[in-house]
Amino acid sequence: MYNGKYIIPGLIVFLALVLFPFIKGIGLEPLKVETEKPKNSKECVLKTEKMRDVHMVLLNEWRDDVIRNGKRVFTNESGKQFNMSLTNTCMGCHENKDKFCDKCHVEVGVNPYCWTCHNTSPLKKEGEK
Amino acid sequence: MQRSRRDFLKLAGVSALGLSAGTLGFLGEGAQAADALPTATDFAKPAKAKQWGMVIDTAKFDDALHKKCIDACHNYHNVPKIEGKQEIKWLWTEEFHGAFPTERPAFLADAQEHRKYLLLCNHCANPACTRVCPTKATFKNDEGLVMMDYHRCIGCRYCMAGCPYGARSFNFRDPGEFIAKDKLNLQYPHRTRGVVEKCTFCVEMLAQGKQPLCVQASGGAMVFGDLEDPKSEIRKVLKEKYAIRRNPSAGTEPSVFYIL
Repeated sequence: MYNGKYIIPGLIVFLALVLFPFIKGIGLEPLKVETEKPKNSKECVLKTEKMRDVHMVLLNEWRDDVIRNGKRVFTNESGKQFNMSLTNTCMGCHENKDKFCDKCHVEVGVNPYCWTCHNTSPLKKEGEK
Repeated sequence: MQRSRRDFLKLAGVSALGLSAGTLGFLGEGAQAADALPTATDFAKPAKAKQWGMVIDTAKFDDALHKKCIDACHNYHNVPKIEGKQEIKWLWTEEFHGAFPTERPAFLADAQEHRKYLLLCNHCANPACTRVCPTKATFKNDEGLVMMDYHRCIGCRYCMAGCPYGARSFNFRDPGEFIAKDKLNLQYPHRTRGVVEKCTFCVEMLAQGKQPLCVQASGGAMVFGDLEDPKSEIRKVLKEKYAIRRNPSAGTEPSVFYIL
């Protein structure tokens, strides 16, 4: 092989770099985020697993339905009806943004800008600089 | 806002202390005076119309009633109080020549000339603002309301140039800083820097079958209803009294009428 003395160590370094995060993660506990559950209600708009996966899709749909189509009532699978509102419905139960929303968002480095307008809770205001 | 994990932990520590004092939470002190959170049942009977409109009986207004209406609107919708050119206006007052620049009556009666007129977005039947909006962030819904989708607004301000009534305001700065903390209505979002905002004819009240807040506060000096329905209250009022509109020559067909 031409230039084998460069290529093979190069490949090894490359593989080591690429695989480093996976090797480092072996044997570690899976990522677990403990969020504060609402105290005064047990049932969410959708099932917990589904909410975990698609809450952002749901919020986008709600936004379009309310503003664009004037549809403000959401009926879930079990037939229960909700006011489509991030501020009033979601944040009405999950009252502490720092202990619920931010827990995951900070952990995975996602920065939604919903809260530049919505959920102006006193807690958020206290913590803001 | 970018927040590092270190900042977050600091904040979590401070928050924990605050929580132990038992004074914080989503519905803390600020919201105690406000109504209960609206639920799905509140939206069961929405008020419907083909073209919402408003009649303002200007003779019934004095400064105190103006203030009452403006406060009802601005406090609920978290409209920031900013002085000067960056002022955010949903509902405001102006004298005759400011309000009706295209009406040119000679020797105008004192009562009309020095009266203040309550101004707001006219929710025109043929709005100029929606036509010039490149993202369709502002649009006319099927109830005749000129709506703003702040999520879609890119802050180009074409709509402000298009509106012949100056009914739109641009958020040059973060409006959150200009709302008194104790006045903040937690049930309604405020806006963010870089979007245009304006009166919504209280679309969230209409969806609950209620009248807009200024109309409720006016105690009968304003009449609200469906302009396309000949049997509506607003049409009855318009049939009885002579009413003018602001700048009708712009051809936008404003839906707000003024009885002088």
